[in-house]
Amino acid sequence: MSTLTTTRTDDRSADGRRARRTAEAAGVGWKLLLLKIIVLGLLNAASVYAAMVLFFNERWLIGTLVVVSGAFLTWIYFQRGALPAKYLAPGVVFLLIFQVFVILYSGYVAFTNYGTGHNSTKDHAIHAIMLQTQDRVPDSPTYQLTVVERSGELGFAVTTEAGEVLLGSAETPLDDVRGAVVEDDRVVQVPDHEVLSFAELVDRQQELTTLAVPLSDDPNAGALRTQDGQRAYVYTSRFVYDEAADTLTNTQSGETYTDGGEGAFVTAAGDQLMPGWRVNVGLDNFVRAITEESIRGPLLYVTAWTFAFAFLSVATTFILGLFLAIVFNDPRMKSRKYYRLIMILPYAFPGFLSALVWAGMMNQEFGFINNVLFGGASIPWLSDPWLAKLSILIVNLWLGFPYMFLVCTGALQSIPEELTEAAQMDGARPFQAFRQIKFPLLLVSIAPLLISSFAFNFNNFNLVYMLTGGGPRDIEAGINVGSTDILISMVYKVAFVGSQSDYGLASAFSILIFFIVGTISVIAFRRTRALEELN
Amino acid sequence: MALSQRTLTPRQPTSDPVTRGTPTPRAPTRLRSFRRWFSQTGWRHLVGVAVVIFAAFPLVYVFSASLNPGGTLITANTLFGNLSLQSYVDLFNRPQQPFAAWYVNTLFIGFSASAGSVMLGALAAYAFSRMRFTGRRFGLITILLVQMFPQLLAMVAIFLLMLSIGEIFPAIGLNSQIGLIMVYLGGALGVNTYLMYGFFNTIPVSIDEAARIDGAGHARIFFTIILPLVSPILAVVALLSLVATLSEFVIASVLLRDPEKQTLAVGLYQFISQETSQNWSVFAAGAVLAAIIPVALFLALQRYIVSGLVAGSVK
Repeated sequence: MSTLTTTRTDDRSADGRRARRTAEAAGVGWKLLLLKIIVLGLLNAASVYAAMVLFFNERWLIGTLVVVSGAFLTWIYFQRGALPAKYLAPGVVFLLIFQVFVILYSGYVAFTNYGTGHNSTKDHAIHAIMLQTQDRVPDSPTYQLTVVERSGELGFAVTTEAGEVLLGSAETPLDDVRGAVVEDDRVVQVPDHEVLSFAELVDRQQELTTLAVPLSDDPNAGALRTQDGQRAYVYTSRFVYDEAADTLTNTQSGETYTDGGEGAFVTAAGDQLMPGWRVNVGLDNFVRAITEESIRGPLLYVTAWTFAFAFLSVATTFILGLFLAIVFNDPRMKSRKYYRLIMILPYAFPGFLSALVWAGMMNQEFGFINNVLFGGASIPWLSDPWLAKLSILIVNLWLGFPYMFLVCTGALQSIPEELTEAAQMDGARPFQAFRQIKFPLLLVSIAPLLISSFAFNFNNFNLVYMLTGGGPRDIEAGINVGSTDILISMVYKVAFVGSQSDYGLASAFSILIFFIVGTISVIAFRRTRALEELN
Repeated sequence: MALSQRTLTPRQPTSDPVTRGTPTPRAPTRLRSFRRWFSQTGWRHLVGVAVVIFAAFPLVYVFSASLNPGGTLITANTLFGNLSLQSYVDLFNRPQQPFAAWYVNTLFIGFSASAGSVMLGALAAYAFSRMRFTGRRFGLITILLVQMFPQLLAMVAIFLLMLSIGEIFPAIGLNSQIGLIMVYLGGALGVNTYLMYGFFNTIPVSIDEAARIDGAGHARIFFTIILPLVSPILAVVALLSLVATLSEFVIASVLLRDPEKQTLAVGLYQFISQETSQNWSVFAAGAVLAAIIPVALFLALQRYIVSGLVAGSVK
């Protein structure tokens, strides 16, 4: 408190400035300072640890980035000034990684063939292909085998006929090992590894018989495999990889596969060898979406339905909500509070549960609506392409009208009653007064909410996916898509549902949604600003 | 007043009050007063009853189904034909579907993410509302823009990012709840800051100035003076983001793989898609329990939410 007078008397002098700084520091308090030091210490410890792990895994760029950002954050909190940065930094860090970066990353993935069969690098693909097609070498020497384990990963410890002791796993080729204890030509102890007992071998038999430990870095050298966990033999692949020519040759059929440039080895005839690997395919995903009839058709259909669904949802909920707001905005009416309490229940009930419950009620054979309301009729609410669309709109009306009712009530009550009275004095009929005076005013305050409601419904994944799953499925489409799918549920299905994932194509669709949503919001906000200026 | 209220009703209901009202032609005064009552407020009650039935029916239905032990979809159609809590007991004895774990996970993820986003949002809103700095306008516009692109649009990229983080740091990568919370926090600024910013602006700056003259630093002003004053908006944002997290399906389903790590939204969806109509009453019991917390919070904080929703547009 003593600093107070100093600050006031000579604010401009150097002393005054120093005093103010002291006051500022005193205001923070030592507890906060301690907290600050602890939090920043933990942050730095975490970032240094993370960077070390990253460097160890040879992720140099990301590791460096982690260290630099850690240092930058520390600097922000330990210098004077740049006050806004201190308040914005925590949110911005998360925003940058999990919102901005992932959007840019979507853009990158859209230009790759990332997906099932194209998950990894070319080296991994070559190894995987050669592992899939291995045969035992007829005159293979027998290796006395001991199966070992290190942090969950199985490995082979073997003795050769020459008496060498070798150790390797799926990831690391066989190599000499020191400090192993050998009894009767068999390894019984390996440093840092646990030897598996017979019971453990039986438990993990599946894993064991598929394990192949490469003999060396050269994929053509072959690998050790075992059937019984006691003896291992050399297996070699039917394929031979020629590193200089970058080709795989099938030694049995004699066919040669070359890198086709599209992330897979192909024969001259065009047969592909799977798995492939991840490559940049340029605009391929976009070109496919536009030119391939089996994708273009559903894409256009789904886009049109997404617009129709979002528009009709906003329109129906707004009309019902506004109507109810007008009906219940009469002070003479009794017990409005109780009506209102029950009416907002659909808004409070978690959306995904509502959709699941409605899906049960609309079930064609057993559902409440068919069995009780329609006396045993068999109306295909969710399996007919058009009725399913109607059902979605009905359920969304149920979900959305309470919100519109609440905001319309709020907006109506904020419009002064005198305006209507003045209009009527001027001879306007009641409906005219509402239509031309109150409604435009209401729209000014509600319009931004209508736009965000449109944007919300444009991506209303939960409702569509939980109610109909996007179905009934369109059998002719080349991708897994149905007649109530909206764009976002199509992205989800292409990327994550079923056995074939196509992250590249799914990301290309996401980019399309980005452009649509962006365009709509720009146009919409221009329009609303224009609306506001009018009044 | 009466006239002006009538103007709010665009159309009168077409049903004739005489046919509905008590048919006593010998009592014209009573009839006339009923007519007046009906045309003024009575028909509003009719609308109200209809809407209440529409709004409450699915909820009554699911509650009744949950009290029907061993019930399938078809036996649930007799409302309240059977009253027993057996389904609620069964719900917790299904090793394939660990409902209790889902519940705890959902609450843990929901409360952490919601507390985190309120904190991040409040810090940012304070900066935007109280400080003038280069890039402030740009920041506000960026946040408004980011708000337009919900995180689920980038679900593929989020999945791939978490996949590669998980290869090096399994604790925060794929199949980790901490990782999921971090992803949700990424959406915090975009969703909450604007709503909070508007509310922060309604707190007079003179309060800050008075505190500063009394020697309080920026941190003390923020934590001990501003935060208590803006608590209504904090409650609204906390609740909205809690409810949003509780029913978030896309990212949770993509990131959480083990059944015992999943949330209610993911678990109950898989429950229903595996068993369809077989164990409808058990599902209904799960739905009732899952809905209790959000509905209770919503009803308790109703007044704040409504004013928050309206403030978002009007103020």
